[in-house]
Amino acid sequence: MIALRRQKKLTCREMVELVTEYLDGTLSRRDRARFDAHLSACTNCTQYVEQFRETVRLTGMLREDDVSPEAAAALLAQFSEWKREET
Amino acid sequence: MQTVSRTDESALIAALRSGDERAFMELVEAYTPGMRRLALTFVRTPAVADEVVQESWLGVLRGLDRFEGRSSLKTWIYRIVANVARTRAVREARTVPFSAFAADDERSVDPERFVADGHWASPVEPWQAVLDAEARGVIDRAIAALPEQQRQVIELRDVQGWPSDEVCNVLDLSETNQRVLLHRARSKVRAALDEYLGESR
Repeated sequence: MIALRRQKKLTCREMVELVTEYLDGTLSRRDRARFDAHLSACTNCTQYVEQFRETVRLTGMLREDDVSPEAAAALLAQFSEWKREET
Repeated sequence: MQTVSRTDESALIAALRSGDERAFMELVEAYTPGMRRLALTFVRTPAVADEVVQESWLGVLRGLDRFEGRSSLKTWIYRIVANVARTRAVREARTVPFSAFAADDERSVDPERFVADGHWASPVEPWQAVLDAEARGVIDRAIAALPEQQRQVIELRDVQGWPSDEVCNVLDLSETNQRVLLHRARSKVRAALDEYLGESR
């Protein structure tokens, strides 16, 4: 992450480097306050953070929850073989 | 995140050790899809990923007696997947794509988007509503183009919804490093979506 200049207000260019830390809640209390202060005055950065949140939400849709029947059968066969090894 | 609770874990492990097929299949159904996706961040072909998953399950069964419960069962299993997949990728002598060594000065947003004083050069436009299926395609391609470590972190954090400490454990990363990789990955996926949603505006 980029080094933040102390005291000074965050620029938009600095804001975009901090969004993950902001969303993860890992910014220091002081940097979080500076981030919030900038957001409350900047519609562009507010929009950017919104896009970032949307990105995270959409990425979460990529999951696949099914095991193919072939893969399940192969794993079950492997399990039986393991059982025989063990005993 | 689909997972098995801690109390269920010890019962499940006992059942596995006693050779209970139903317990094994329950675990397989809960974790295999995610394990396969993780494997695919190391090796590129689905066939090899399937082999990695199978080898990992065998490693899990053979290593059950060594599982001490210091991490969750799921984290322990995923560490095995990462190790098997890494070894497999090396054995295949897969040439490391140049993008695996990402420049250290990567920016989250194209520098051209800002004016000299650091403000946005033009408004950040809200996105049009997008069909989920379309978004999936864009995101899939963007993630596939990421350097390997970024791909691994975003896969576990954002696709599979893992907390950062467990991601660090599975991938052997420091918290800071993990967060930098995640941020770069997310920034690129956002840029890909922005480009796509900009085109259709």
